[in-house]
Amino acid sequence: MSAVETPVAGTPARASAKKPRRRARRPRSALVLGGFTWLVILYTLIPIIVMIIFSFNQTPSGRVTFHWYGSTTQWYVHIFEISDLTTALVHSIEVACASTLISILIGVPMAMALARHRFLGRTAVESVVFVDIAAPSVVVGASLLALFLTLNVTRGLTTILIAHVAFNVAFVVVVVRARIAGLDRSIERAAADLGAGPWTTFRKVLLPLMFPGIIAAALLCFAMSIDDFIITQFVAGQTLTFPLWVYGAVKVGIPPQVFAMGTMIFLFGAVLAVGNVIFQRRSEKAAAPDQVTEPQTITTVL
Amino acid sequence: MTWRQRLAPYALGFPTAFWLTLFFAVPLISVLSVALMTGNPEKGFTLTWHWSIFWSSFKQYHTQFLRSFYYGALSTVIALVIAYPMAYFIAFYGGRNKSTYLLIILLPFFVSYVIRAFSWQFILSNDGIFLTFLRNIGLVSKNFTILHTSFAVIAALTYDAIPYMVLPLFVALEKLDRRVVTAANDLYANPVVTFTRVVLPLTSAGIFAGFLLVFVTNVGDYVAAGILGGPGTTMIGNVIQNSYLQDQTYPLASALSSILMIVLLLIIWLYARVFGTEAVEQAVA
Repeated sequence: MSAVETPVAGTPARASAKKPRRRARRPRSALVLGGFTWLVILYTLIPIIVMIIFSFNQTPSGRVTFHWYGSTTQWYVHIFEISDLTTALVHSIEVACASTLISILIGVPMAMALARHRFLGRTAVESVVFVDIAAPSVVVGASLLALFLTLNVTRGLTTILIAHVAFNVAFVVVVVRARIAGLDRSIERAAADLGAGPWTTFRKVLLPLMFPGIIAAALLCFAMSIDDFIITQFVAGQTLTFPLWVYGAVKVGIPPQVFAMGTMIFLFGAVLAVGNVIFQRRSEKAAAPDQVTEPQTITTVL
Repeated sequence: MTWRQRLAPYALGFPTAFWLTLFFAVPLISVLSVALMTGNPEKGFTLTWHWSIFWSSFKQYHTQFLRSFYYGALSTVIALVIAYPMAYFIAFYGGRNKSTYLLIILLPFFVSYVIRAFSWQFILSNDGIFLTFLRNIGLVSKNFTILHTSFAVIAALTYDAIPYMVLPLFVALEKLDRRVVTAANDLYANPVVTFTRVVLPLTSAGIFAGFLLVFVTNVGDYVAAGILGGPGTTMIGNVIQNSYLQDQTYPLASALSSILMIVLLLIIWLYARVFGTEAVEQAVA
């Protein structure tokens, strides 16, 4: 994983945190930077706050408007009222679950191969994975559509699933591989020395150790899949997912149920992420002070 | 090594290699081949090898191409300028709350990009809360608009890019050896010199990684222009999307997509050659 480490118990960062009047020792630049950071954070949250507030607006037209008609929870009570919107949301969740599962199943073995073995075509695999992560969605989507058109494949849920696995698997490989690379190899050797076969070593030693990485990768996949718009639009055919439905409705006006669903998804994701951070902090506390802690970037957060 | 050990990596890697070859690498070639076809959706398409389509389609849409690169570059630079102080603050002064800060910065990702873009449209529209307020206090005239302007599109692209930009910068700043900064101070470098001559060069890997991720994404984006833009802000992504999905002029769409793909792949390749893939992968992991 990345070399980022959080301050561990016993390091100066924590020791100084316990001293009184710590704030007085902070330079003024820290205050300015902190203020700026919070302002930008507030700015990035504006559209979300607006979404949450206006999901409670009692609009009579059934479209979100800025005029405030009084608060109501009716859009949450009737959240599944619009049947094709609900179908689209169900499609999104189905594709997100299935693509996450497939990406993990095929991506984790590749991560193991890259982290622990030398083999022919290794560099090629690494380059393709990197390009897959960096490539712009419109090119990936258009290319897949060109393939499906050439092969005369009917577009629908299956092609969406294929596309989602194609972009998710690269993230699984990178995240899980980083996790394995951070593990001490001698643990696996010790298992082998103690008579464990490759399968037992994998199941009893390697799998538990890389499990946090797998969970992080799975959360990342799920989040990217459920939010993907551009690639999905190219390969969807007549099928609609949640973001596609919303994009189509922008011109005619968005029903408040979209804001209600967006709020629910946001809360779900936020709760999951906060839970993950708390869990991680707990295990850090439990860990020995000199032990390498979890890196704190996107995957531990998501 | 036994033959089993020798074959293990191939067996482990095969499923992913298969999937990425078939559904990522091959499509990149098939889009080139569709560009060289002629026909229509009813009668079907056949390969006619009209190489000139690349030049003619570029000529037809060069405005949108240039605009996409201009919007992409501008939004990336603005996002970098905004994100750097944030990443600096979190890495240097975040203390025990680093992961909490990063979590808060990533919170917008839990709401679909399409909904966030629409929410901005909702806020910035002519009878929306922002312009109504500005009109009421007499700051802008009655027919002042934000939607459908380049400003709206670039602002939306920048907005979406900020979290993506913070991550690689944070990774780079976190790795920076603090003693180097102390040494610079001890050697009487003032804060500005310390920043420009020490901190900035030592975190250039993060800057370029963020630049690559955001620039490539934003050049190909069409959601911002589709939701917040107007006829004068069409980006190349909008043209590709329109000609594939509405007009069904597949060869034209494929030619445009190929040109965009080749230019951006070239940038990605150059980046990987010069800087390696590590900084980007660390930001992701």
